[in-house]
Amino acid sequence: MGAVAREAHSHSPWYLAYRRLRRNRLALASLALFVLIIAFVLAAPLWADHVAHTGPNTTHTTETIVVDGEQRDVVSVEGKPIGPVWFGAGGRFFLGADGGLGRDEMVRLMYGGRTSLFIALTSALITTILATVLGLLAGYYRGWTDGVISRTLDVIWSFPVVLLGIALGTALAVGGLKIGPLELAGNSLWIPILIIAVVYTPYMARPIRGEVLALREKEFVEAAVSQGAGSLRVMFGELLPNLWSTVIVFFTLNIANNMLLEASLSFLGAGVQPPNSSWGKMVSTGVELIYTAPLLAFAPGVMILLTVLSLNVFGDGLRDALDPKSKVRLEARAGLPEPEGTAV
Amino acid sequence: MARFVARRLVGMALVLFVVSLVVFAIFNLIPNSDPAQRLAGKNATPVLVQSITEEWGFDEPLPVQYGTMMKKILSGDLISYSERLDVDDKIIEGIPATFSLCIGAAVIWMSFGILFGYLSAVKAGGWLDRMLTVGSVAGISIPVFLIAAVFLYLFTFKLELFPASGYVPLLEDPIQWAYHLILPWLTLAILNIGFYSRVLRSNMLDAMREDYVRTARAKGLGERRVLIRHVLRNSLIPIVTLFGLDFGGVIGGGAIITEVIFGLNGVGQYAAESISNLDLPPLMAITLFGAFFVVLFNTLTDVVYAYLDPRIRLGSSAR
Repeated sequence: MGAVAREAHSHSPWYLAYRRLRRNRLALASLALFVLIIAFVLAAPLWADHVAHTGPNTTHTTETIVVDGEQRDVVSVEGKPIGPVWFGAGGRFFLGADGGLGRDEMVRLMYGGRTSLFIALTSALITTILATVLGLLAGYYRGWTDGVISRTLDVIWSFPVVLLGIALGTALAVGGLKIGPLELAGNSLWIPILIIAVVYTPYMARPIRGEVLALREKEFVEAAVSQGAGSLRVMFGELLPNLWSTVIVFFTLNIANNMLLEASLSFLGAGVQPPNSSWGKMVSTGVELIYTAPLLAFAPGVMILLTVLSLNVFGDGLRDALDPKSKVRLEARAGLPEPEGTAV
Repeated sequence: MARFVARRLVGMALVLFVVSLVVFAIFNLIPNSDPAQRLAGKNATPVLVQSITEEWGFDEPLPVQYGTMMKKILSGDLISYSERLDVDDKIIEGIPATFSLCIGAAVIWMSFGILFGYLSAVKAGGWLDRMLTVGSVAGISIPVFLIAAVFLYLFTFKLELFPASGYVPLLEDPIQWAYHLILPWLTLAILNIGFYSRVLRSNMLDAMREDYVRTARAKGLGERRVLIRHVLRNSLIPIVTLFGLDFGGVIGGGAIITEVIFGLNGVGQYAAESISNLDLPPLMAITLFGAFFVVLFNTLTDVVYAYLDPRIRLGSSAR
C-alpha cells in the first residue's frame, strides 16, 4: 500500500467537483460573462468621471454636443433624445440620451446595474442564510418547530410572488418602515432587498428542509449524537457541511431569480424608488419611447437577460459538478421550484 | 375521494383566512405611518383622512378592524379614494381580459412545452435536442418585458403585422379578439414553454429507463406507441401538478407586466396603475384576488393529482 495508491483515492469531493466544473466549457464561459458584467458595473464611476464627464442623474436637456465635428442637440426640439453616438463625442452619450431629461444612457446603465446587482446579491445572501437556518431547524427538530416554520412558509407560498412583492413594496414605499430603532426611508434600497429575500425564502427552505429530514436519519448523525454532540453541533457541524453543495447551487440560481423579481417590481414602480434607478426601472421608462428610441428599453433588458442567463447556465453546471446525480432543481423564474414530488 | 376533497376544501378555507390576515397586516399594520393616511392616497386632505379613520375603525381593536376590511372587500363597497371608483367593479371589469390572456397563453405553453419536451427527449443528444435545450434555457432567462418590448418594436412598428395595444371582447368580435391577443399570448407563454419542455424532457428520460417501458417493448409494441402511451403519459403527471400551480400564479399576478405593456386593461393593469398612483385600496383587493386563485388552483391540482395517482389519496402523504 504505497503512497501512490492512497493519493489516487484521496481527492476531496470539492476537488472532484472543481475538476468536473473545469471540463464544462459552457459553465466556465457563463461565469466569465458574469464576472465581466460585475466589472462593467463596478467601472461606473470611472466611466462617468473620465469618459462621459457626467453623473447618472445629471440632466443635459438644453445642451448641445459636438459629434464628429457636427453640432447636435442632446434633446431635439420635439423632445426626441439623441441616439447612440458611440465614440463620436469622445465617449459622451455613448448610448445616447435617456429621454426628455437628456441624461447619459451609458452612465445610467452602469449605475443602474450596480443597483440591480447589489439588490440581487444581497437579497440572495439573506434568503440563503434564512432558508438554511429555517430548513435546518425544521428538519432537525421536526414536531411543532417544523409545524410552525413550515406553516409560516406555506402562507408566504400561497401568495403570487409578484403580487406579494407589489403589495409589500407599495405599502412600504408610502411611509418607509419603522420597527424600534430600525428606520428605513420609503426610497431605501433595503426595502426591495428585504421584500425579495422574504418572498423567495420558502422556495429555498422547503427543499433544504427535505434534505435535512433525510440526512438526520443517517448513521453519521447517530454517531455524532452518541459522542455527545449537542443539537447545535449536529446541525451546524454535521448536517450543514452536507448541505453546502445544495446551498451553493440554490444561491447562484436565486441571484438570477432575484434579478428578475427586482426588475419586475421596479418596472411596475414597486421596487427601487427615485432617485435610485435599476435596469428594470430603466426598461419601464424605455418602453414609453419604444418607437423613437428602442435602445432605451433594449439595452437594460439585454443586460438583465445576459446576467440571468449567465447565472442560470453557470448554476446548472455547478449542480452537475457538485452532485452529478442531483434531482433537486430550482429554475430561474418568477417563483417556481420544481416538483419534488413538486412548485413558481 | 369525497373525503379527500372535503379535507382539501377545509384546508383551502383555512389558508385563505390566514392569507387575508397577512393582507390585513401588510396594509393596515405596517409600522410606519397612519394607515388612514396611506389608504387616502396622494391627494389626501385632513378631512378625508379623518373620515377614513372613522369609516375603517382605525381607533377600534384590531379584530374589529380586520372585520371591517374584509366586509368592505367582500361586499363590494371598497373605494379607491384617489380615483373615487369602486374597486370591486373595476376588478370585475378587468377579469375577461385577464382570463383571455391567461387561458390562451396556457394553451400555447402547454402545447409547445409538451411538443418540444417530447421531441427533445426522443432525440436526446441529437442536434434538435441541443437546439431546443439552448432555446429553453434562453426562454427561461428572458425577462417578460424584454420579449414584450422586442415584439412591440418588431411586429407592431417595423412590420406593422399586429395592433400594439387594446383588448377586444371575445363576444364582440372573436377574430379581432384573437388578433389583439396573439402577441401578449406568446409573450406570456415563452417562459413556460422553456420551463415545461425542460421538465418534460428530464421526466421522459427517467421514465424511459423504467421496467414497464422495457415490458412494453418486450411484448412487441411499436416504438411510437411505447413512447406516447407509456413514457409520455406517465411523464405528464408532474406536468399537470406544475400546470395547476403556474396557472394560478399567472392569473394571480404573473400576467401583470404583459397586460401593462400591451395595454389590455385587465386586472393586472389596474394593479399597475394603482401602484403608480400609490393607491392602496385596489392593491389590497387585488392581492386577495390573486392569492385566492393561487390557493384555489393549488387545491384543484391536489385533487386532480390524487385522482390520477391513487397512492396520494390513500397513502400516508394525504395529510
